[in-house]
Amino acid sequence: MSFLLFAICLGLYQITAMARHAENPQDKIVPSFTQMADGLKRSAFEADRDGEIRLLVDSVASLKRFFISLILLIPAILLGLYMGIFPYFELLFLKFITFFDKIPALAILPILFIVFGLGEVSKVALILIGVFPTITLDAYLRAREVPREQLTKGLTLGASHHELSLHIVLPQILPAVLNTIRLNFKAMILFLIAGESLAATVGLGYRIFVVRRYMAMDIIIPYVIWMSLLAVSADLFVRFFIKKAYPWATVNK
Amino acid sequence: MSAPYLLQLEDIVKIYPDRYGHAMTVLNDIDLHVREGEFVTIIGPSGCGKSTLLRLVLGSEQPDSGSILFDNKPICHPQRSRGIVFQKYSLFPHLTVLDNLAFGLDMEAFTMPGRLLQPLRHRKTRKEFRRQAQEYLERVKLAEHGDKYPHELSGGMQQRVAIAQGLIMKPRLLMMDEPFGALDDSTRQDMQLYILEQWQTHKMTIFFVTHDLEEAVFLGTRIIVLSQYYQSDNVAQAGAKIVSDIPTPGPHPHSSEFKYSPEMNELIRKIRLDGLEPGHRQHISDFDLRHSDSFRTVSKEDWYDQN
Repeated sequence: MSFLLFAICLGLYQITAMARHAENPQDKIVPSFTQMADGLKRSAFEADRDGEIRLLVDSVASLKRFFISLILLIPAILLGLYMGIFPYFELLFLKFITFFDKIPALAILPILFIVFGLGEVSKVALILIGVFPTITLDAYLRAREVPREQLTKGLTLGASHHELSLHIVLPQILPAVLNTIRLNFKAMILFLIAGESLAATVGLGYRIFVVRRYMAMDIIIPYVIWMSLLAVSADLFVRFFIKKAYPWATVNK
Repeated sequence: MSAPYLLQLEDIVKIYPDRYGHAMTVLNDIDLHVREGEFVTIIGPSGCGKSTLLRLVLGSEQPDSGSILFDNKPICHPQRSRGIVFQKYSLFPHLTVLDNLAFGLDMEAFTMPGRLLQPLRHRKTRKEFRRQAQEYLERVKLAEHGDKYPHELSGGMQQRVAIAQGLIMKPRLLMMDEPFGALDDSTRQDMQLYILEQWQTHKMTIFFVTHDLEEAVFLGTRIIVLSQYYQSDNVAQAGAKIVSDIPTPGPHPHSSEFKYSPEMNELIRKIRLDGLEPGHRQHISDFDLRHSDSFRTVSKEDWYDQN
């Protein structure tokens, strides 16, 4: 049924666009679908002055930053896992991470730019500072929820403490933690665009802020839709993966 | 009965904070020696600290005072040599039934790097473990459920898996905390026989907590009654003590006729009166500690005459 709402939105847009174009055929603020198709064609299928296909180059750059951040979230999961199992990890990290989690990541963006320069590091660092503590705390809370009897039993069955963490607790918290990461995709993309808009030479976020100067709505709107589509497919993929890989998990039920 | 002591508890006291933060003694001066190969059943009113006693022996909790020796060594954390079947089955939800059973075998046979460095050997051994697990599964009559996850089984079925999971490891001491609570009557009788059979074959020592008197007397070679219903000369007395320590009569394992013998009925009547009746409080000097391994140290506060 959501299909209906999409159709209504498109219809309203088209009406507005037609009305504005009747007054001024050169209108750039509400580009018609033909204009946008043309903008998309220029970005996605034709090389620019440097011989690059912009949409592709931008997507690759942004996705790379996104995936590097994702990979760097693995230590976040492990840290949370160990905090949930070993009291001394908890003692050492819990208050620190909880504080860290409350720092508004965007507010330290200037510091990142000063410390790490305008390169890739500061953009990835921004994403990580934004979501790393959240994921750690989530993994920590989930690990603590695993009944202690299971750990006791694991030990009586001959598992070492590390085997307990990796064979009993980690697989049990992973579906829920992956789900949290999925819900945090939005925040990650937000930080990515914020970083790119301020200091980058390539990237989806960078592009829409650059073409804004020319009020190139015919480029911005397709870019926004493209970003949303990427996010939606990443979301769907993770959901599908959890369902397939963890048939016993209750996250999806 | 000249086997060496497997477990030695002396002067064990365990205190928990209650709801308001006041100290509440749960176990008060427990003395208990258990020989290898004994089938000890522990019985007592609810809240008397039976499960606490098991946790202390497991090593998942430490006593507030007193010493516990297992095989002449102090207990510091749960170990492979002391198995447990919890009241609430606590299977690993992310493993299939068969993998739940094979888990311990796998953990024992490999170290973490070993599993990575010898993938072929690991695969081959795992296959063998799963075959073994299947045998145990057949014995608890769940042969066709091996590939299911625990949440797909009923409570009684999960409980049987948990029992098999404990038995497959053949620990020196196996502790069971009301393991038959979720079972219907015929399954229960079948599992009783199964445990007796495993106990005999593998010469394990078993600690078996139950609230069913008949079961306790039928299964055990030795019955420990833990109760907070007693009186001592100490006005501030609190917490459960061992109020009876009795060897079960006759050859062991008992035949099923034993369940209907007058001896058994008499024993059950006595235990019910001594341990489970809040209104009937015997003085600590009247405790029936007739088992030959039974001993106790008494404090002056508890018993004036003795000191």
